[in-house]
Amino acid sequence: MASTIMNPVTNTDSDRRRMRRKKKSMIKENQINPSHAVWKSETRQQIYSSKLVQALSQLSLDSPPPSSSAPRGGRAVREAADKALAVAAKGRTRWSRAILTSRLKLKFRKRKRQRGPAAAVAAVTGSIRSKKPRFSVLKLKARSLPTVQRKVKVLGRLVPGCRKEPLPIILEEATDYIAALEMQVRAMSALAELLSGSGSASSSSAPPPPSQ
Amino acid sequence: MSSRRSRSRQSSGSRITDDQIIDLVSKLQQLIPELRGRRSDKVSASKVLQETCNYIRNLHREVDGLSDWLSRLLASADTDSDQAAIIRNLLME
Repeated sequence: MASTIMNPVTNTDSDRRRMRRKKKSMIKENQINPSHAVWKSETRQQIYSSKLVQALSQLSLDSPPPSSSAPRGGRAVREAADKALAVAAKGRTRWSRAILTSRLKLKFRKRKRQRGPAAAVAAVTGSIRSKKPRFSVLKLKARSLPTVQRKVKVLGRLVPGCRKEPLPIILEEATDYIAALEMQVRAMSALAELLSGSGSASSSSAPPPPSQ
Repeated sequence: MSSRRSRSRQSSGSRITDDQIIDLVSKLQQLIPELRGRRSDKVSASKVLQETCNYIRNLHREVDGLSDWLSRLLASADTDSDQAAIIRNLLME
């Protein structure tokens, strides 16, 4: 009898702990949700800069001929920068996952035509599509306007990985993506200034004279 | 437990309210420098979306320009590998 009384108590205790864990993770998520604040932090930019430098040093090792690869090199730098940005996003957002998997998809297509990931995506989007008519009834008046729909689609094409997503997801992804892009611009311009500054300094000035 | 989780995901997907959408749009508006100062009831959702698209396109162009610049800098700096080492040291600190 004592055991039957004890058992429900322990069950609710573990349930409460689980709920607390869920609440804690949710609270942390909500704190992280002001994503533009996260992307503005110094540490995030430093992490990104170091990853970018690593990627760029690998790039310069891979493509030795400088003259022919100038236009191509720009494209390669852009891709390396985007990849580093996606890694810095820690994979919590769709666009970052889409950037990372797009490289893998290209690799798969070169070897075989693997439809594994595509089939999984199609299954998910199929299930989402079956729900769309359900909440289209609840849509805002603005949401159902064709102009708004068109703009949402354009936005969905601009943000990587959001072509077939519904409106609220596109908005959320766009919020994070814009903050990430701003950080990318800041980091890359700082790096470029650093490189150009040190370049001009080393080329123009010899080691400083000992006495003046 | 897993069924509870999947159910909560599905319900949160279909129960998207107008308020949530309005909230997301206003958050987006705060990020875009052009629309930041204006009151949210004066800016229509379509304008926010339009400006968002323009802003993202501008940022993409900036990133492209910067990557071109960086690639040229790297190409010219390849001969001088000391620079790369200096930069790496600076960034590791």
